[in-house]
Amino acid sequence: MKPILKGILAGAAALIATAGIASAQTKTLDTVKSRGSLSCGVNVGLAGFSQPDDKGNWTGLDVDYCKAIAAAVLGDATKVKYVPTTAKERFTALQSGEIDVLIRNTTWTTARDSSLGLIFAGVNYYDGQGFMVKGSLGVKTAKELNGATVCVQTGTTTELNLADYFKANKMTYKPVVFEKLDETLQAYLAGRCDVYTTDQSGLYSVRVQQPKPEDHLVLPEIISKEPLGPSVRQGDDQWLTVVKWVHYALLNAEEAGITQANVAEMVNSTNPEIKRIVGKDGELGKGLGLPNDFVVSIVKAVGNYGELFERNVGSGSRLKIARGLNKLWNNGGLQYAPPLR
Amino acid sequence: MAVITSDHGPARKASLASYLYRPEVRQALYQIVLVVALVALFAILITNTAANLRKQNIASGFGFIDRTAGFDVSQHLIDYDNSMTYGRAFLVGLLNTLLVAGLGIVLATVIGFIIGISRLSTNWLVARLATVYVEVIRNVPLLLQLFFWYFAVLKSLPGPRQSYTLPGGGFVNVRGLYLPAPVPQPGFDAVWLAVVIGIVASIAIHLLARRRQMLTGQQFPVLWTSLALIVLMPLGVFLFLGQPLVFDYPELKGFNFQGGMVMQPEFLALLLGLSIYTASFIAEIVRSGIQGVSKGQKEAALAIGLSKGQSLRLVVIPQAMRIIIPPLTSQFLNLTKNSSLAVAIGYPDLVSVWSGTVLNQTGQAVEVILVTMCVFLTISLIVSAFMNWFNKHMALVER
Repeated sequence: MKPILKGILAGAAALIATAGIASAQTKTLDTVKSRGSLSCGVNVGLAGFSQPDDKGNWTGLDVDYCKAIAAAVLGDATKVKYVPTTAKERFTALQSGEIDVLIRNTTWTTARDSSLGLIFAGVNYYDGQGFMVKGSLGVKTAKELNGATVCVQTGTTTELNLADYFKANKMTYKPVVFEKLDETLQAYLAGRCDVYTTDQSGLYSVRVQQPKPEDHLVLPEIISKEPLGPSVRQGDDQWLTVVKWVHYALLNAEEAGITQANVAEMVNSTNPEIKRIVGKDGELGKGLGLPNDFVVSIVKAVGNYGELFERNVGSGSRLKIARGLNKLWNNGGLQYAPPLR
Repeated sequence: MAVITSDHGPARKASLASYLYRPEVRQALYQIVLVVALVALFAILITNTAANLRKQNIASGFGFIDRTAGFDVSQHLIDYDNSMTYGRAFLVGLLNTLLVAGLGIVLATVIGFIIGISRLSTNWLVARLATVYVEVIRNVPLLLQLFFWYFAVLKSLPGPRQSYTLPGGGFVNVRGLYLPAPVPQPGFDAVWLAVVIGIVASIAIHLLARRRQMLTGQQFPVLWTSLALIVLMPLGVFLFLGQPLVFDYPELKGFNFQGGMVMQPEFLALLLGLSIYTASFIAEIVRSGIQGVSKGQKEAALAIGLSKGQSLRLVVIPQAMRIIIPPLTSQFLNLTKNSSLAVAIGYPDLVSVWSGTVLNQTGQAVEVILVTMCVFLTISLIVSAFMNWFNKHMALVER
């Protein structure tokens, strides 16, 4: 009998010990470095943002941000473990520490910044919610949608904006709510709903995948602000700063004209600003806990912000989304980075 | 262990050690240690979770229940709109779950009994068809069946503007089944009253007829009289009052049909999927229950002069029920729990509304999931308690 009693006590002690370990805070930057790979939470599949291609390689704007962080921290953009998350799982995955950073076209809101224990590191895509309808419906504006049935994905700000918009315009609608994008889309295509709503980038992304994209019409109205960006856990300022400055590095590189093609020459530039950016002058990287030439690693891996935008969602992609709000500030857009100095 | 360490004689009185070796003392001691260890374990888990949530600055507690939900739900049995609270949304989801589980249990039982009895049919074709049904349905995963029903049904039905018209003013299209909604006019209450009187009278007749049979052996056609009382009498009242009921017919306005009542395709697909799947298991339970009654019982019943129907109704089925009810209970519980697959096909049940949308909007996963688990546990325990009561009621009463 005694060994059994001992066993029980030992088991209890072990559980107490593991519970204790789980609560200990660790520094994400050190964890990523010692693990040798970045665990990055991405969308399960959204063309242009994160989607595995026919060879199983992840591609997209959000995926390139994962690569950029891995390049900055580890010097190797391939050392990323992509964790596909649904809208519903994403925050729990980050909170529990399963992923180091969440880059999954996620809207920055007050509630998410305050009560979820997350903090947003910036905006890598300025978006807004829109509506897509079948051209055969004969609808030209969202104001004509009174009484429509709307397919929407659960767990998103989309669901709330939709309710607000119809209420504000004194219209009624019927929501049909699904957990996954695929089923939402299937229901819309089967005619269960008149309207499919999500962020406009998502609408374009879905539209381009249809056999006849011209049959579907994205309505002109944008009914909400959807700043999408990467988020990390609260209470780890060092890691937040790293993610933030990877984003700013991409923007600054574009502003300074450093591209994937010319970065090798730029390293030898005499321009004082470029010398700072490529790490020939000053110790910017060191303060962040990164190699001094981290911007060079990033640009070599994914290019600057403009390049990765055009490649994934802009003119170089099938989506052909105009840059609009995502132009640099000096071109009339909203993308503005504090200086690297 | 009690057997091994039996009495050690007078010596055991003396020392503490021998006291501890007494089987009853030791048994009690182990139980106490186990309870303390379990309580400590749970206390540590709970405080640790709470401390971690606090440290990570994640909101906790149930304060969110009174906050405005801000989202809409497509099917609600009680009044609901997006200005109401998360608590209200929870009720909406719960009622939707109960609706589909309740109707599913009834439908699955009916289909299951029909198929189960058909498997024992002497008609070769009927028996084979029932076997094929059971073997095909119970061997395909439920989630696939739900997708099949939902998408196969959706894709084969026309859009609202090309709806199939049903006789009597109903429509079927990809948005659901639209039926005229009955709207009671003043005076309709009398019909309800007639139904209630009919039911009460039927029960009284049933009791009286039973007593009469006990005393005199004469039988009375209780079933037919009851049917007449419950159906024909209210119908008579209804006609006498000049049919105080109008119908609200669905009409195509704008994008959709307006008015009437609608059964959404999500609901229909889930109900069909759950019922048909669970019915295949119930059919097997029914078949095995009937076959479990020994042949001699039926032969004895026929020997004392009961008709074939009577022997089935009075001898075989009551005994079969005793075999059927316990496994039937677990099928009912399975159906209730499987209803949470609704989230896959967009039916707004508890899991979709509460641990889907609400969880996401509030981010309070621990609380929301805990409540969901408690709700399913409660529903299951209630179903199981009812079935246990029913089982006791049906059990063999020895005279």
